[in-house]
Amino acid sequence: MITKERILEVLHFVKDPEIPVIDVLELGVVRSVEVSPEGKAIVTITPTYTGCPAMDVMKADITKELVKAGVTDLEVRMTLSPAWTTDWITAPGKAKLKQYGIAPPEHTADIRALKGGLPVVECPQCGAKDTVMLSPFGSTACKALWKCNSCQEPFDQFKCL
Amino acid sequence: MQDALLTYCLRQADDLLILSHRLSEWCGHGPVLEEDIALTNRALDHLGEARNLLAYAGTVEGKGRSEDDIAFLRNERQFLNTKLVEQTNGDYAHTIVRSFLFDAYHLPLAQALLSSSDAQLSAIAGKAVKEAQYHLRHSSDWIIRFGDGTAESHQRAQEALDDLWTFTGELFVMDAVHQELVKAGIAPDLAPIKAAFDATVDKVLSEATLKRPADGFMASGGREGKHSEHLGFILADMQYLQRAYPGATW
Repeated sequence: MITKERILEVLHFVKDPEIPVIDVLELGVVRSVEVSPEGKAIVTITPTYTGCPAMDVMKADITKELVKAGVTDLEVRMTLSPAWTTDWITAPGKAKLKQYGIAPPEHTADIRALKGGLPVVECPQCGAKDTVMLSPFGSTACKALWKCNSCQEPFDQFKCL
Repeated sequence: MQDALLTYCLRQADDLLILSHRLSEWCGHGPVLEEDIALTNRALDHLGEARNLLAYAGTVEGKGRSEDDIAFLRNERQFLNTKLVEQTNGDYAHTIVRSFLFDAYHLPLAQALLSSSDAQLSAIAGKAVKEAQYHLRHSSDWIIRFGDGTAESHQRAQEALDDLWTFTGELFVMDAVHQELVKAGIAPDLAPIKAAFDATVDKVLSEATLKRPADGFMASGGREGKHSEHLGFILADMQYLQRAYPGATW
């Protein structure tokens, strides 16, 4: 019978289809992993953005990896509440985003909401803090488009949510 | 109560589904690249919320209909969206004003639904409220840019506002179905939401140097399935594939 620990190991192989350097655990979308007394593996995930098309792919990929690991009885559940926040992206996850060229969400959603303004975002290329947002909408639902005034390079930023 | 809840889910879902479809028509046609991406992103957010609500409507109904069945296999008269969201894209001012008016209503609505006694509606709102904030910021920025821009952009924004204002009344109508849900703590009273809408509209329009149209005749009927001529064309486009090839998947 599969153990919870083994499922967690397997989940590290499931990457975000749109940001393939970060896995579903680092992204913070896996809310719970259980093994029922009958030996059924139950993985509960939560969507990042409501319309994120990657969620269906992640669900399919989790199933695929678990089947590959020999699990026959499994279920991937979806839960909406509590709503996902970028605070759930783990520290190694944020480091990987930065290395990949995406400015990670630095500030918690709460602080930003209180201030009502835009956060200071460090350029993932040169590290400068003199950056400006070009558009709150980027190549995927989770990203905004920014530009660095120091190295002049455009970059993606993972939006705080 | 279940009937009222089903109607309410469809009203919310249809507003989002139809607006999403309208915004998706801009894909590849946006005035600048950033806006093309912005509108398709917004369309995706609205579609995501619509999907959650349609799936929930299917559960509430209990007849085994999926979100796709409900979206693709209903006719015009069974759609319960307001007439605002089905209006044509027009020029960019019309598209932005339509979204601005909707956003100014959608954000306070989502905030109020957070404390709905219905756990699923509250959970769906919990996701939507974060997105609704930057939707409103996006449309407000453009209203200000148009209104406080050139003489032509100002004129076009004012025209769009005057054209679409008549469709805002319907957003705040509380009929018997809605009243029943308010009593049960499921749906919010729309009076405070109208107050929040008014405050947002007044603030942004004054910064944009645009004039708020007078509340005259207000269009109605959408919430009961009586639509303008535009909805049929939208559905013809949106539903074609599932009608021509029933059950098709890919």
